[in-house]
Formats: sequence, C-alpha cells, structure tokens
Amino acid sequence: MQVNSWHGTIVVAFLLCLVCSLIVSFTADTLKEERKANVELDVKRNLLLSAGLITGKKASPDEIEEKFKNVEIKVVDLDTGQPVPSSQLSNPSTFDARKAAKDPARNIQIPADLDLGKNKQRAKWATVYLIKENNQVEALVLPVNGYGLWSTLYGFLTLDTNTKTVKGLGFYSHAETPGLGGEVDNPKWKAQWNGKVVFDEDYQPNIRVEKSGNVKGENSVDALSGATITSRGVENLLHYWLGDHGYGPFLAQFRKGEI
Amino acid sequence: MSKVSDALFDPVFKNNPIALQILGICSALAVTSKMETTVIMCVALTLVVGLSGFFVSLIRNFIPSSIRIIVQMTIIASLVIIADQILKAFVYDISKQLSVFVGLIITNCIVMGRAEGYAMKNGPILSLLDGIGNGLGYSAVLLVVGAVRELSGSGKFFNLSVFPLVSDGGWYTGNGLMSMAPSAFFLIGLFIWILRTIHPDQVEEE
Repeated sequence: MQVNSWHGTIVVAFLLCLVCSLIVSFTADTLKEERKANVELDVKRNLLLSAGLITGKKASPDEIEEKFKNVEIKVVDLDTGQPVPSSQLSNPSTFDARKAAKDPARNIQIPADLDLGKNKQRAKWATVYLIKENNQVEALVLPVNGYGLWSTLYGFLTLDTNTKTVKGLGFYSHAETPGLGGEVDNPKWKAQWNGKVVFDEDYQPNIRVEKSGNVKGENSVDALSGATITSRGVENLLHYWLGDHGYGPFLAQFRKGEI
Repeated sequence: MSKVSDALFDPVFKNNPIALQILGICSALAVTSKMETTVIMCVALTLVVGLSGFFVSLIRNFIPSSIRIIVQMTIIASLVIIADQILKAFVYDISKQLSVFVGLIITNCIVMGRAEGYAMKNGPILSLLDGIGNGLGYSAVLLVVGAVRELSGSGKFFNLSVFPLVSDGGWYTGNGLMSMAPSAFFLIGLFIWILRTIHPDQVEEE
C-alpha cells in the first residue's frame, strides 16, 4: 500500500487517531479519582480559608478533613429558603450546584433585569455550609459566583450568624488578569472585607466596592486598582446572591431561627 | 558518539531554541514569575518535546506528506493532554497556577519545530535526544529568568524567603515590574546579548 495515496492517507489518519484517543482516554480514566479528590479538597480548603478556620495554603489534607467535620452541609431551595427534604435529596454532600445550574431539569433562567452576576441561570437549590462549634452555629458560608471581566468568579462568602457581617470572602476559581483583576486573591484585599456589613436595616443588599477616596463606613470596600470591571463584578454578584432571587429567602428563614 | 552528544547538548548553548531561534517566547513570559511553576513547566515541556520527537520519528516513514503537520500535531496534542492530566492528579496546586499554559505547550513553536525540522529526518533515539536537548535549552533560559524574577520580584527562591520583604517585617521592597510578564522580555534580551557576546557567530549578518 502506498503511504501517500489517497487510500493510505485515510488509513494512517484513522489508525493514528484511534491509537492516540485510546491512550489519552486511558490516562484520563486512570487518573480520574486523583483529580476528583484534588478538586474536592481544593473546594474544602477554600471554604475553610474563606471562613477563617485555616490560614495559608499549607494546611495538610488531614487538617482540612478534620476541620471540615465542624461544617454542616445543607441544601436549600432558594425560592422558599427551606432545606430540601431528604425525600428529594438523601445526601446533601453529593449535590453539585455548578452541575445542576446547567441541567434544564434542575435550574432556572435568571430574568435579565435581576441578573446582576450575569450568570444567566442558576440551580434551583444551593448548598449552604453551617460552621459549628459545640453544636452552635458560628457562621454561614454561602457559595457565590458571577461574571468579572473575562471569567466567572466562583467563591465563598462567610457571614456571621446575624447574616449581615462579613467574616470572609474568597474566590477559588476565576481567570481574571493576573496582577490586576487576579488580585481578588490578594490576602490584603480579602482581609478588608472582614467586619463589613452587606445589608441595610431592612435587609436589602447594600455593599459598595468604591474607589479608595470614597470608602466610608461599614458598607463600602476599596476597589482593586486597575480592575474596575472585576471589582464591579464582585459587587454585583454579591448583590444578586444576597437579594431576593438569591439567598434572601434563606437568610430570612435563618434569622427567624427556623434553620 | 559525537552525533549523540551534539543532538543532546547543542541546543542548550550553541543552538538554543529561545536565544538563537527565538521560539517559544510566549510561555517563557507567562510562567517564570516563580521558580516552582517554572521548573514544572520546564519538565513538562522537555518531556513533551522529547517524546513527540521520538514518536514522530518512529512512524516518520508511514506519515503521508499531505497530512504530516496534522499527524505531528495529533501526537503532540495527545502527549500534552497526558502531561496536563498527570499534573492535575499529582501537583494540583501548581497545575492550577500554570492554568492554560500547559495546554498551550501544543502551540509552542519549539515542539512543532523539532518534530518537523528534525524528527521527520532522523532516527527515534536521536530525535528523542534532540527533543530533550531542546527542552533543556528552553529550561536553561527559563530557569535563569525565573530565578531572577522570583528573587527580585518577591525576594524569594522556590517560595523560601531569601530577602525578607518589608510587608513581612524585613528590609526588601519587591520590584513589582519583575513580577509582571514584560520583565521576562528584558531578561531574555539580556540573556541573548550575553550568549551572543560569548558566541559571536550567532549574531545575524547585517
């Protein structure tokens, strides 16, 4: 068979694709568990970092698992703010809101006028994390996400039990410009969120990311320099998730002591 | 014997892919702000160039010339995906920092250049060595650039504090420019200058 013939070209191309795809899928499949474990550990680490339960990136996997025992996972229906009954979801830790947001059976489209975070859709349910100490809830961790300049930012907002005071904010996944928008990861920037208040007296979202001259009081935070759009993205996504279409109903239930 | 060592060591100084051929600059800018990421990137690239040379050369007599670039690309892409998967499984933190740049090894001109320019004409073992040699040449430049950038940019070396930073109570103020990508351009420029002063024959004729 002539390699350069029309026939030969097709055969070589076919065989090469077959062999390469087999090798690639074999590797991907063999390493699947390791990759999954890494991603899960990373989410837990970021959650604990945002909640201030661990400091620095160097916490060992064992330490993270140990701390995570104090975290109660609840899946809530965002429309009612009520926990999803176990008849509909037996194990809350298996619920993946990022996946559910893409599943037409389990998501809803966000009306354009409410879609401050530019997410277009969200899952009907959301996972919330209750940080406990001696069976007392100490803090709430809420997953948040929204669009910055180039990418969707995924992160955690930790609130005090009064549901108003920030105990931490951190993003674990984004693709903003390194050095500019990427500075949302900067520990100094994240630290200034602690103690800020995200609601006004009527529990309407009220938090502003402002130029440094305009930062006054507990409802405003210094924006990232050179990253206006990322900063505004953070402000907007917080407004969405804290609003009535986001965690608003859940937080109301929580304040009534019903969670 | 000399052919073997030529294939391996020539690309490091005499025929350096970055300094002489000015190939593969893009990732050299992006990943060199810290030694940790630099080293992992160098290892990944060296293995990909070496192995892609080996496999391309192995089947070089069966590659129809009309689709040879696509065939090389397929082999390179498969190897890069495998490298990326391995990094994600075993050094997740670093792979997160390298983000898209591991995937972009596929488009790194060095890999393609060696497959087309060398592996298509030489035997598998020589091609493997040539690939590794070019990877080492790339690594030599990146490691120098990475070391200078991390030291001057953040006063550290492999994340260990060398010059204590003012923000941590020390005396050194990090040079912000060195943490940004453009500084790699200046450093590579200096590197090329030094190399061409030592080997004047590398200077292009006017």
